[in-house]
Amino acid sequence: MKDNIRSKFNMYRIARSLSSVVRAVIIIGICYVILHPLIVKICASFMSESDLYDASVKYISKAPNLTNYKMAIEGMEYWKMLIKTGVFSATISLLQLFSCLLTAYGFARFRFPFKKLLFGCVILTLIVPPQIIMLPLFMKYRFFDIFGIFHAIKGNSINLIDSLVPFYIQSATCMGIRNGLYIYLLRQFFKGMPRELEEAAFVDGSGKLRTFFTIMLPSAIPMMVTVFLFGFVWQWTDSFYSGLFLTKNHVMASVLSNLSANIYSSYEGFGGSMNFISPGFVSMMNNTGTVLMILPLIILYLICQKSFVEGIERSGIVG
Amino acid sequence: MNYFKRRNGKLRLSLTGKEAVWGILFILPFLIGFFGIFLPMIVDSIRFSFSNMDVESTGYVLHKAANNGWEHYLRALTIDPDFNMLLVNSVLSMLVRVPLIIIFSFFAATLLNQKFKGRAVARSVFFLPVILTSGVVFGLENSDLLVRTLSDVNMDSSELENFLNVSRFLMEYTNLPKPIISYLTTAVNGIYDIVVASGVQILIFLAGLQSISPSLYEASSMEGATGWENFWKITFPMISPMILVNSVYTIIDMFTNEANEMMNEIKTTIFSEVKYGFGSAMAWIYFVCIAVILLIAGWLISRKVFYYDER
Repeated sequence: MKDNIRSKFNMYRIARSLSSVVRAVIIIGICYVILHPLIVKICASFMSESDLYDASVKYISKAPNLTNYKMAIEGMEYWKMLIKTGVFSATISLLQLFSCLLTAYGFARFRFPFKKLLFGCVILTLIVPPQIIMLPLFMKYRFFDIFGIFHAIKGNSINLIDSLVPFYIQSATCMGIRNGLYIYLLRQFFKGMPRELEEAAFVDGSGKLRTFFTIMLPSAIPMMVTVFLFGFVWQWTDSFYSGLFLTKNHVMASVLSNLSANIYSSYEGFGGSMNFISPGFVSMMNNTGTVLMILPLIILYLICQKSFVEGIERSGIVG
Repeated sequence: MNYFKRRNGKLRLSLTGKEAVWGILFILPFLIGFFGIFLPMIVDSIRFSFSNMDVESTGYVLHKAANNGWEHYLRALTIDPDFNMLLVNSVLSMLVRVPLIIIFSFFAATLLNQKFKGRAVARSVFFLPVILTSGVVFGLENSDLLVRTLSDVNMDSSELENFLNVSRFLMEYTNLPKPIISYLTTAVNGIYDIVVASGVQILIFLAGLQSISPSLYEASSMEGATGWENFWKITFPMISPMILVNSVYTIIDMFTNEANEMMNEIKTTIFSEVKYGFGSAMAWIYFVCIAVILLIAGWLISRKVFYYDER
């Protein structure tokens, strides 16, 4: 009897350790698939052009060097761009976070007419592809006017293209990149909070705004970090809106997409003087530029990682 | 509902009325954005698609297009050689990808929800694609042929061999029909694209899994249910709302991401070729397709969705 139980117990243990081995293999495999392109990029950024065409070179360059980084940093004006884009993305992201927080709280806690219809509108802004409103968007800010006020004063409308104002307007009114998603996530989070907290605050004589700022916001910090991070990252890498509103190179994304073309003239490369841009050079510059661009994001992600994961978990999205 | 009440003969806001006013004040940023910016732009876009536009220094002038304004739509659907093909292609690739992404992200979320050593590290790696594959980074990666051939996640000769081996294995040892086999092998082959596209979906599924109360599992295990039964009778129904959310999100994401060919086509038509009306018409046809597919998918899935507490 005792032996029987023991053997059963052993079987159970074996089965458990086997399943954890299988799990480990699968997880490591998927991690490899995710990390591999990143590793390839980092490796390629240390290569010279001849390494790229050399079949015997796979990951480690024959003569690892930092020339690519020097060129890319110079060509992108990296440090200047880093600060500029960083400040820009952070401002935009904070603005979006603030307006989305207000809207989400309104949808989560108050009853008002046409609430369902209006929330449907939030989802609609998420579904409509930005390409549809691309042209009107451009036209709107090219010939910007509020109820004809500027037209009355100055005689014609203002041109806001090539300034950062369109970005600020868009994000202050919840129309930034995927803001519908943020409103949705935050609303789910606020819905999951116990009502008793607010009721207690209300009984103690706190107004709606004060309840929102002193009771709700502090407990929503992990979720806020998540939304901030999303907003920051998507603004940082966005080339759609920056390509639309800015014709000059104001932000990192637009600099990166033109990098190889911009600095090719100063490049004495593998093929001597060619009159087309060699694919190897484009590839090298793109990889180095991409590594330089996502490096700050990865550092930021590692710092925020804990609240990011926690925030997502606590959103407890239900339908 | 009564938003007003009479006191001393004067009309005042009732308690529900006050609540409604506060609610509207809170969502004011969105209201301004939606009715001040978004809706007018949608209307403008429809008007553009029905007309020809001349841009002048002070503004733009619209002329009605031919065929009662339907000129651009007719041209996109009947004359333009690429448009229909691109449309069909993007719909087809969406249909192939979406189930795979949903299944994979659900699987990954279940894995990440278990307790094991190094879970925190695994989680941060799994969510990395959310950061790495957005915007310009994704676009550059897709255009970079040299590195795509360098990285052996994508198809080179050894990969092709694997591909054939997998299909041969499936054909010899299982009796699956051929279309399913080819579907599975493309799935295995395109694993990178699937993994990379499912970052947000994993997050959403994980949040859902965490919100299932452990007492449900306890009770059913008491009654002698196995893990398999637990999965199909508890986890699956409880997670089904998330499947709906994720399917909708994935479909939208597939259609609107910056690597989508249709999106690029529309962008070049409008900005490089300066055909405003034609580009807008293309965008609208595309949007109608997305909307129809979303409606069908939403309807199909929501019939199976189970809500734990109806609210």
